Amino acid sequence: MILLFILFCPLIAAFATLLGAPARKTALLAAGLSLVATVLACITYDTSHPDFQFATSVPISSDWRINFSLGVDGLSLMMLLLTAVVTFAAIWFSREVVKGGHVFYACLLLIAAGATGAFASLDLFFFYAFHELALIPTFLLIGIWGTGNRQAAAWKITIYLATGSFILLLGLLMLYRSVPEPLRSLDIRALQAAASAIPAATQSNIFLVLLIGFGILVSLFPFHSWAPEAYASAPVPAAMLHAGVLKKFGLYGLLRLAIPMLPHGAQQWTTLLIILLLGNIIYVGLAAIAQKRLDWLLGYSSVMHMGYIFLGIASSTLLGTNGAALLIFAHGISIALLFGITGEIRQRTGTLLLTDLGGLGKVMPRAALAFGLAAFASIGLPGFANFAGEVMVLFGAFRNGANPDRFTIFQIATVLALWGVVMSAVYMLRAYRTVFMGAIRQSWSGLTDLGGSIRVPIGILLALSLWFGFFPQSFIRIVSPTFKSYFTPRP
Amino acid sequence: MISAPILEIAVLILGVLILMVEAFFDRVDKRVLAQIAIIGLAAVLVASFFLKAAPVAVSITGFWSFYTADPLAIFFKRFALVTTIFVLVMMIDYAPVVRESIHGATDQAGLGEFFALPIFTCAGLMWMASAVDFVMIFVSLELVTVSFYVLVSFTRRNPATLEAGVKYLILSALSTGFLVYGITWIFGVTGETNLARVSAALASPAIETSPTLFGMVLILVGLGFKIAAVPFQIWVPDVYQGAPTPVTAFLSVGSKAAGFVVLFRVLQPFLILPQMERMLVGIALLTLLYGNLAALPQSNLKRLLAYSSIAHAGYLLIGVVSLAGEAVSFYLVAYLLMTLLSFAVLIVVAEQTGEDIEDFNGLSKRSPFLAFAMLIAMTSLAGVPFTAGFLGKFFIFDAAIRHHQTTLVIAGIMTVACGFYYYLKVVRAMYWEESSAKDITFPLSGLSRLAMSLMIAGILFLGVYPQPILEALKR
Repeated sequence: MILLFILFCPLIAAFATLLGAPARKTALLAAGLSLVATVLACITYDTSHPDFQFATSVPISSDWRINFSLGVDGLSLMMLLLTAVVTFAAIWFSREVVKGGHVFYACLLLIAAGATGAFASLDLFFFYAFHELALIPTFLLIGIWGTGNRQAAAWKITIYLATGSFILLLGLLMLYRSVPEPLRSLDIRALQAAASAIPAATQSNIFLVLLIGFGILVSLFPFHSWAPEAYASAPVPAAMLHAGVLKKFGLYGLLRLAIPMLPHGAQQWTTLLIILLLGNIIYVGLAAIAQKRLDWLLGYSSVMHMGYIFLGIASSTLLGTNGAALLIFAHGISIALLFGITGEIRQRTGTLLLTDLGGLGKVMPRAALAFGLAAFASIGLPGFANFAGEVMVLFGAFRNGANPDRFTIFQIATVLALWGVVMSAVYMLRAYRTVFMGAIRQSWSGLTDLGGSIRVPIGILLALSLWFGFFPQSFIRIVSPTFKSYFTPRP
Repeated sequence: MISAPILEIAVLILGVLILMVEAFFDRVDKRVLAQIAIIGLAAVLVASFFLKAAPVAVSITGFWSFYTADPLAIFFKRFALVTTIFVLVMMIDYAPVVRESIHGATDQAGLGEFFALPIFTCAGLMWMASAVDFVMIFVSLELVTVSFYVLVSFTRRNPATLEAGVKYLILSALSTGFLVYGITWIFGVTGETNLARVSAALASPAIETSPTLFGMVLILVGLGFKIAAVPFQIWVPDVYQGAPTPVTAFLSVGSKAAGFVVLFRVLQPFLILPQMERMLVGIALLTLLYGNLAALPQSNLKRLLAYSSIAHAGYLLIGVVSLAGEAVSFYLVAYLLMTLLSFAVLIVVAEQTGEDIEDFNGLSKRSPFLAFAMLIAMTSLAGVPFTAGFLGKFFIFDAAIRHHQTTLVIAGIMTVACGFYYYLKVVRAMYWEESSAKDITFPLSGLSRLAMSLMIAGILFLGVYPQPILEALKR
């Protein structure tokens, strides 16, 4: 029941907003209620049971065995928490939009509902459909309320993601069809149980299609070109939701479907995945260093960090996968905060060109502090959750087949991935220094700092990042039982 | 319990009645005729749920050897009735345009026939759904086609309409010629015209394949014209754009659906031949690519919808090649709802501003309901989940995967991306762009609003809960 509440809060609020309810207040209320309910679910979740909890199911089509099933295990519960927190923060960061405010907030709420439904779904059909719910609202949000080259960005993201989604649909249909008839079902639990019956050659094909499909949705190199432009042009709350939450859908899909059900396929394509993720980390990382605008820099940075999560997934060790899950959460929080503060800066100065800004720390000390903390989190400074995730990913990947005589691709990949840490330090610190430190321009000397109320979402995001940074075990304890079943014990 | 042929007879009587009223009662507001027609067709629709089972046997002779009342036939009879009802609603909205385009003594000259003709077309479509004999197929096809000859060129003052009418007449007559010639060859080879007996005769090893294939190809030409498959689709953009918009909608949905039913029935014995399958795969591929690529640069919404109907014929052909009758039928239902909805909105908007996509600029501010209706129609046509259009594509792709039609699936996925572009162009115009004429209002009659709301509800309902349609197809 609680999952239905978490899902229908934003949905009902979206329709209420379209019909005329006060837009920002309704949205904030819905997001707040969702957040409270999610926290409640986290508290009452029982970590000793590895099965899906809070499950509900409504039959939809008996021919196709489609049911509207919701349920969470540790991984999806943490994804729901991420969604709820980022949605709440995104709506708080948004300002009351003058033109067409109702459609604006309805779109935001639909994106949030889509993400929630996708993470909580136990049925492949609704898993896919809820994610797609976010597609048209994204098109409208970027196209109407975006900045810069917003129209081109909106077209690019919509068509790119639509294509990726249909490739994903193809992979999901292949997965469904590959299971022999009596066991066949669109229910994820039933598929998981029947997955051992899928022959190895088929597994390999399905895994490739799923990898490409999910990869496009997560901006895996070389399918990443839609992301930086879209995030840079999107209005702030949309960027926060997309970079922070929606992108993680693909990673969640790989962790939930591709890795556990297609182990032979995963093994086959690990090398390809590693090469592509290194493209993410190194190529996109270098591109991030070259950026001259803060929003583009953050867009490229977000794409780059996906590489680490992919490394954790590719590591096929329990440690690496746990790290990937933690990094998904941590990255979502930090990038949401970074985009939020960037939006505030753009709102005040009207520009995000790094060379135009400077010395803002003198007039906006709170913003400087928040941005600085978020930047350090993103780099991976110990104490923040990102560090805990990254270190687990790197250790997990390094340990795979570790042999003191020879380096395999895993060890090489880990070493190369470490360059990424340095690169992210370079561009983040340089951005921070250019924007907030140094001499302040005449035009910026009259700026106001972040208001009092905005400290609430910033505080929540930072608190979560610090909490899981100092006590990552509290996260891993919830998430780990899901992954334990995937792997034969490897320390 | 009534016997199935009574339905068509009832529709015919209704049509004749409307004509009589039109001829003898000049002063009646002709829109009343349309409303009577809608009520009459709705009554026939209700009656279709109280049919008695029809005799089914291969060796039967007489009436039931060329007319069947199997579940597929009943389903498509209801399909034709629903289509005609919605088209009549659209025609009521379109009446002012028709009035301007006809020379006539009285104010409403010609409107009566405008409302009466679709009823005869409906009867023809219903017969096509039940036809299991080549001769019956031909006769019912001709009834539909001849009605459309008149309907397409109805607004005679518009030269584009006359051009469309002439093109449709000549090309349609040509394709019918091919159809009859093909039927002759099949008759020559098998000695039968009843489809079941033809397939039984083809199963015997003494049959020569070349004449059979030749006859089949000729029949395909005739049917391919009807369903707007490449390379028989040249007429579609010009005819769709020139014809009166409700007629375009009717052509796009009714004619295509009936064509697909006939195609499915006729093709069943022949698809075992590998050459047939290869040919159909090729046609499906070309249709998909042509329809989608040609739609990309369109700026006139009516023409865009014409190309989009070619594209959807491509998706349906994927289903036909994969022998997925249920998937094709569900897709046609979804296609009915979303296409008729988009045409309905187009008629209302075009009356005030125009048919180009630019005329939709800023519609979300001027009429939120119409913009929302068009949004649902466009997203369903594109294939966004939670709409019926997505489920249609879902079932078709699943059938194609089951039949290992890899090329078609890959082509289908690429064309979906094209579809997103040109359908969302309309969404962009409505929601992003500012309109140049801010004070135009769009009067929307209660009946139209009801019809549009029903279609929106249908699209969203079937997008989540397809079971009722699937059940109806199984029985």
